Amino acid sequence: MKKTRKNLMTGAQIAIETLIEQGVTELFGYPGGTVLDLYDALYQARGRISHILTAHEQGAAHAADGYARATGKVGVVLATSGPGATNLVTGLATAMLDSVPVVAITGNVPTYLIGKDAFQEINITGVTIPITKHNYFVQDVRELADTIREAFRIAKSGRPGPVLIDIPKDIQIASCPYTPQPAVEPFTQPIVPDAQIDKVVDLLSKAQRPYLYIGGGAANCDLGKQLMALSERIDGYIGCSLMGLSAIPHTFDRFLGMEGMHGAYASTMANLNADLILGVGVRFSDRATGDPAKYCKDAVIIQLDADQSEINKNVKVTLGLVGDLQDAVARILSRVAPQSHPMWHDEVEALKEKQCKIAKQTKAPRAGIDPRDILGAVNRLKDDDTLIATDVGQHQMWTAQNIQLAQPRSFLSSGGLGTMGFGLGAAIGGAVGTGKRVILLTGDGSFGMNLNELATAVSCKVPVVIVLFNNQALGMVRQLQTFYFDRRYAGTNLCRSTDFVKLAEAFGAGGVRVTDLAAFEDALQTALQSNGPYLIEVPIDTDALVLPMLPQSGAMEDMITEQNGEDAT
Amino acid sequence: MRSVIAVYVENKYGVLTRVAGLFMRKGFNIDSLTVGETEDPAYSRMTITLNGDDYAREQLINQLKKLHNVQEVKLLESAQNVERELLLVKVPNLPSTRSEIMAAADVYRGKIIDYSTDAMIIEVTGEPLKIQAFIDVLKPTGIIEMCRTGIVSLERGATVLHGTEE
Repeated sequence: MKKTRKNLMTGAQIAIETLIEQGVTELFGYPGGTVLDLYDALYQARGRISHILTAHEQGAAHAADGYARATGKVGVVLATSGPGATNLVTGLATAMLDSVPVVAITGNVPTYLIGKDAFQEINITGVTIPITKHNYFVQDVRELADTIREAFRIAKSGRPGPVLIDIPKDIQIASCPYTPQPAVEPFTQPIVPDAQIDKVVDLLSKAQRPYLYIGGGAANCDLGKQLMALSERIDGYIGCSLMGLSAIPHTFDRFLGMEGMHGAYASTMANLNADLILGVGVRFSDRATGDPAKYCKDAVIIQLDADQSEINKNVKVTLGLVGDLQDAVARILSRVAPQSHPMWHDEVEALKEKQCKIAKQTKAPRAGIDPRDILGAVNRLKDDDTLIATDVGQHQMWTAQNIQLAQPRSFLSSGGLGTMGFGLGAAIGGAVGTGKRVILLTGDGSFGMNLNELATAVSCKVPVVIVLFNNQALGMVRQLQTFYFDRRYAGTNLCRSTDFVKLAEAFGAGGVRVTDLAAFEDALQTALQSNGPYLIEVPIDTDALVLPMLPQSGAMEDMITEQNGEDAT
Repeated sequence: MRSVIAVYVENKYGVLTRVAGLFMRKGFNIDSLTVGETEDPAYSRMTITLNGDDYAREQLINQLKKLHNVQEVKLLESAQNVERELLLVKVPNLPSTRSEIMAAADVYRGKIIDYSTDAMIIEVTGEPLKIQAFIDVLKPTGIIEMCRTGIVSLERGATVLHGTEE
């Protein structure tokens, strides 16, 4: 009896101890009435786990997400009931669509008040079913520790994703014995059957124009080296989705970059012309493939994924393989014989040349600094260790097209959900998790959504350099209006007079506005040497377009590569 | 095309919402969903009737398998499983139609489980086609209200849904 009493802990203490036992050293959050006990337990555990207070729960959710993307560990976010919990929604959905392991903990009103519309009560488990991999409503303190352990296990197993645990206040107060356990291991993944590996090897050896199309799954499994070796072995090329960026270093000559709606000409056309496409950890999203009905109809398509439901979901494939990606790629690599396809090589080299020609022909914008020049300067001045974060919009696509990434997990960007306002929180999370410097490329629209997190960046002295592309417009949506709505710019010209430099300074960050490329380079050098956050505002032509692009519901062969004179059609 | 899918789920908080929510967010068109406790009270068994093509069926099965509380999902092929549905139907109890209704109920092996001065309730079990046929027979004389359970289904022989892989 005495012994058990000695081990008694409150639910709140158990929750924090279980996080520590699972290897959590930092978490992001925002306090409130129903998480007071959890915060008190955090206070007691200070020194073993640190809490980063954000300006808004959405920022905390994006920070946990950015932390997970940059480190590969599970990101943790803590929020109170009601509005605290609902403010996590966009962050959880972002993590869900990009398969990022996040554990969210929310407080809730005591169980005896559940269903009474009590103050700050919300059924957050109901709200988040579609945007979490799984979620829990804890009804017994004795199940709390194991629930948290299972949540971590689910978050990081197979195809990762966010898991939410809702803990009512009375469960946090109740006590029970607690015994620490080792950090959970992911569930064992199925192994792709040998016969299927042989089939892949057979198809690869028959292909004349092989192309590896890789995505977030490949990046998450650190498959870069193996895929590079495979592309060399089969004399093929590699292209990626937005989520696959950073899996392969930009210096690898068989890597053609991102394909799809705003992808590189060479990778998109190489995919289109390939006679075999091996998809690794990609869902063949509409943004990458263009019209799925017209996507590579005559090619052999092989899809390798951790998630069975992705096979044949968006694109009908010749062969679908489900299981451990690392193991499957290693076995393919060990069995496939070296191939040589000089004609395919020439074809792709010609595509690369055409891509260079298109880039040279693309006219510089009439005003502001050319976004490609900004990214060129970023590439020159950053070191390989620097993390790159983006928001969502034109700046994101310019970055995806031009940024040179050398290391895995160095690119933090919202792909599937396309969350404007993601970048600053994610940059803070990435910096906290890795201790590395972050360059956030953002736009005036996206930055406006969650700029309050500048307060967090300042208070945590996060070394984030914010490069703000200011085109005075919601450029990506405006671009669609240019093409498809006869330049009727409804709601996309911002007509604001925000002084972003003063704004940065008001938050306690450094800031500067530049008007030419040389000044930008100087400012970036200064910013990269500063210890805290630093904002550089760069003027961009309001009419600048992201090219190339696939037309709405068009196929890959319909790619638009140039803006014809005054008419952007 | 109609498919019958059996799902073995943990009997836990919110499981029905998770499964039902899946139909909405993935756009599946289901005809019926029945759920009840199994021989092991820790688990429930669902029978889902889906109206959709091969793509919808494959997606539904794969998406169901992704739900953490789902233990087993199996497509039941009509040749190897038995299906039953239960109907309760309330019809007017009028001298002019009473004998006709009772004769029909007799042919369909229905049972009259309530007999009031103004109405009767008939219980019929059978395959969905039989239930539909009986409803069609009653329509001309009028139906006051009715309630169908949706399909429940088991495979023939000693095959079981849960533990088949063990």
